[in-house]
Amino acid sequence: MKLYQPKSTAEALRVLASESGIVPVAGGTDLLVHWPTRPAEHDKSYLDLSGLDELRGVRWADHEVQLGALATYWDVIADRQAAAELPLLVQAARLVGAIQIQARGTWAGNIVNASPAADGVPVLMAYDATVVLQSVRGREEVPLAEFYTGYKQLRKAGDQLVVAIRVARTRYIVQRFHKVGSRRAQAIAKVGLAVTQSAMGWRVVVASMAPTVRRCPALERLLTSGAAVRAPDELLPAISQDTSPIDDIRSTAEYRHRALARVLLSALRGDERG
Amino acid sequence: MSGNSAFIIHHSAFAVDFTLNGSPISVDVDPADRLLDTLRYRLGLTGTKEGCGEGECGACTVYLDGLPVDSCLVPTYQVQGRRVETVESLAPRRLDPLLAQGATQCGACTPGVAMTSCWILDHPELLVTHTVRELLAGNLCRCTGYDGILDGIAAAMRVRP
Repeated sequence: MKLYQPKSTAEALRVLASESGIVPVAGGTDLLVHWPTRPAEHDKSYLDLSGLDELRGVRWADHEVQLGALATYWDVIADRQAAAELPLLVQAARLVGAIQIQARGTWAGNIVNASPAADGVPVLMAYDATVVLQSVRGREEVPLAEFYTGYKQLRKAGDQLVVAIRVARTRYIVQRFHKVGSRRAQAIAKVGLAVTQSAMGWRVVVASMAPTVRRCPALERLLTSGAAVRAPDELLPAISQDTSPIDDIRSTAEYRHRALARVLLSALRGDERG
Repeated sequence: MSGNSAFIIHHSAFAVDFTLNGSPISVDVDPADRLLDTLRYRLGLTGTKEGCGEGECGACTVYLDGLPVDSCLVPTYQVQGRRVETVESLAPRRLDPLLAQGATQCGACTPGVAMTSCWILDHPELLVTHTVRELLAGNLCRCTGYDGILDGIAAAMRVRP
């Protein structure tokens, strides 16, 4: 195993540009799962970001909030402004795992790990978050909703590092998050849902329903049309257009379709629980 | 260790310096070592247990800069310059409320439960936004002794304002 420990972001970018296949490490909560039984992973090159203090924390500005690449779930849970303005971030962070994971796991790590079942990604996408990428070639910003091109496929080159996540401070009329899992903490989502409505329109974002976390254009059009939805089944045609869930060890495609319909309807009705 | 002007590269064992249970320590580790293994097998602090090895069960809970973390998911190189506390740092009397409520059965989860419980007791402000159950959700007890654990924490809260 080769380990790089840069002392600045500029150094980190030079390392990424110098060698292909280097894996950046923030909190390590994905990387180290069953680590001793995965010797092939031990032969790779790693870039330790933990010493880069400039990437830490949650920074509020007049019109936006920036999560640094090392901002953890706990950083957001402990941020009073986040609870007041962007409550879905706090709700999702509290369901990602318990404190042991919240204290280490990062929002940027959740994005680049690219799990279809990610908990942090749906709420960021429902808030129209932007991913800030940096490399020795310069800076690039990609809307999170356009960041995934397929299962575990990112619009990010090997020499680019996610240095921050930007979220605009927008007034929301509706903000809902729901996760269907086997238990509240430390469980991977069977279905994840984040819904927002603002002057920018509706955002319906789902997890564990497709190869990537994704927005649901058919559902968004349905909500924009203002059509009355009286029963969960009335959402199923749009859900079928937007999603392609699979049967796996956590759930089945059919359960996921039906659960999403019920959870979405209850979210739209403002129920606390789906 | 090899270094150059731009950054440090490690291919083999190198020294990591940190504060462990209040004392500065330097230990030579491999870049692939987990904090859990460094604590147990290099430093002999076997109070910290390995349960699942995947961040589910919380048996390996230690404090890193004051927050509970799963030491099975922490690369040892990331504790450089930081503060680590293990279950060995807890005063034995702090376990009394748990023992008095029968909050231990097989004992495998107990070190982690004790760490998270004491963190909750040391931070009563958390209970403005969180329940004890939510804060303890990262510690599994497969004997299902949760009621005894919660009773123990409640009893300790009555003693410690």
